[in-house]
Amino acid sequence: MKTYLKTLLRGAALCASLSTASAESLKLATEAAYPPFNYVGTDGKIEGFDIDFGMELCKRIGADCEFVAQDWDGIIPGLLTKKYDLIVASMNITEPRKKQVAFSDPYYKTAMTHIVAKDSGMTEFSNETMKGKVIGAQTGSTQAEYVQAKYPDADIRLYPSQVELNLDMSNGRIDVMLGDLLPSIDFVKTEEGACCEVAGPPIVDPAFVGEGAGIALRQEDTALRERVNKAIAEIRADGTFKKLNDKYFTIDIYTLQ
Amino acid sequence: MDLIGTLLANWPRLLDGTAMTLKLTVTAALISVVITPLLALGRVHAGPVAGGLLRLYVSFVRGTPLLAQLFLVFYGSGQFRPFFQEWGLWGFIREPFNCCVLVLVMYTTAYQAEILRGGIQAVPRGEVEAAQAVGMTYRQILRRVIFPHAVRFAWPGLGNEMIILVKGSALASVVTVFDLMGRSRQIFLHSFDFAIYIWAAAIYLMITACIVLLWRLIELRLARHMHPSSPLPGASP
Repeated sequence: MKTYLKTLLRGAALCASLSTASAESLKLATEAAYPPFNYVGTDGKIEGFDIDFGMELCKRIGADCEFVAQDWDGIIPGLLTKKYDLIVASMNITEPRKKQVAFSDPYYKTAMTHIVAKDSGMTEFSNETMKGKVIGAQTGSTQAEYVQAKYPDADIRLYPSQVELNLDMSNGRIDVMLGDLLPSIDFVKTEEGACCEVAGPPIVDPAFVGEGAGIALRQEDTALRERVNKAIAEIRADGTFKKLNDKYFTIDIYTLQ
Repeated sequence: MDLIGTLLANWPRLLDGTAMTLKLTVTAALISVVITPLLALGRVHAGPVAGGLLRLYVSFVRGTPLLAQLFLVFYGSGQFRPFFQEWGLWGFIREPFNCCVLVLVMYTTAYQAEILRGGIQAVPRGEVEAAQAVGMTYRQILRRVIFPHAVRFAWPGLGNEMIILVKGSALASVVTVFDLMGRSRQIFLHSFDFAIYIWAAAIYLMITACIVLLWRLIELRLARHMHPSSPLPGASP
């Protein structure tokens, strides 16, 4: 019944927007399972840095925007089949993905890290030390690429989302997990993440991490990409980025300093 | 769409996934063969308390989605880790494969037990009384009269359950066990080649077709006394 109502409302909203037909309307996809960048808040709405950033971006390019939640492993196919127009979901800009989609300039810098249980004493990470250890990563993520390439002798477990991965890390079902640096620092501060700590140096190898997180677009939308890039530069230049940044983070994520 | 090219490029991973699907379903099916008759007999004979518990088990399993059960057992069990460790069960529960088998067994036995219970209750009363009259013990009656009948009645329904079990195992990848469906998804994510799902569907169809055939053959064998046109060797005319 609720979804039925929602569909009706959405239909009504669509009619309303058609009748006014002024601003360009864009659909933005995010995963909604990657706090603090994108997640479902207590009131059921999608929130987070990506959402704030995406909405600010829309304001700058003069578009009416709506965020939709989409599972990570279908997020690129959904863009290609035009279910939405932009992906604002902390997606790392990597070579394999560039074959499928176009990216904006990076809107923040990323790094990955290992997370281990506090009492494990693990600090060295190589294929030898990881042999036989259970390592978790998210399916279809740059972390999954990394563990599969670097730790072929480990017992690798791939989870549908980082939320489930975090849960099983705190449950103690996995020995080591890989995550993006910023959410991981956040995670170990939560009650659920109290079990665990960030270990070893951050992983910044561009072959895996890419150039940072970018907004993904269809390759043919070159004009939109120009506008997005211009808006990102503006947001960074006029101090709006810092305002959004400080709401969620204690360091500047644009430079990771 | 290049179907053959997709298969040639990905067959080792598809094979790997198929092996996991078969491992999951065969393990769960074998365990259920032991548990189902006990549950079915329980449903027929148990007193109010045990019977009520069994009824609760069946209605819980039948009334909730398999996916929900899988999440409950897999992620839920982790929340009670100290409890499981105390009982020495954590080593078992920690392995995602075991959790999958556990959930599949729970799922399929709940349905199978109801089907077999129907079979047991469909055994004509007169036959049981006749067996009692010649002095058979209850155990003998079960083995010689009730189960042969009940299994024959329940056989087609149990076959359906086996097919549902194969398809149910396709959820395993959400708890990190990469079965045929999970592997296909992984391949799709790398190649965005939709043809891989056609192959996955074809393999599932082959597995279920084998089950249907096997079930049909066993059904004919179980009901061989019903076909006078093909008398057993040595049977008198």
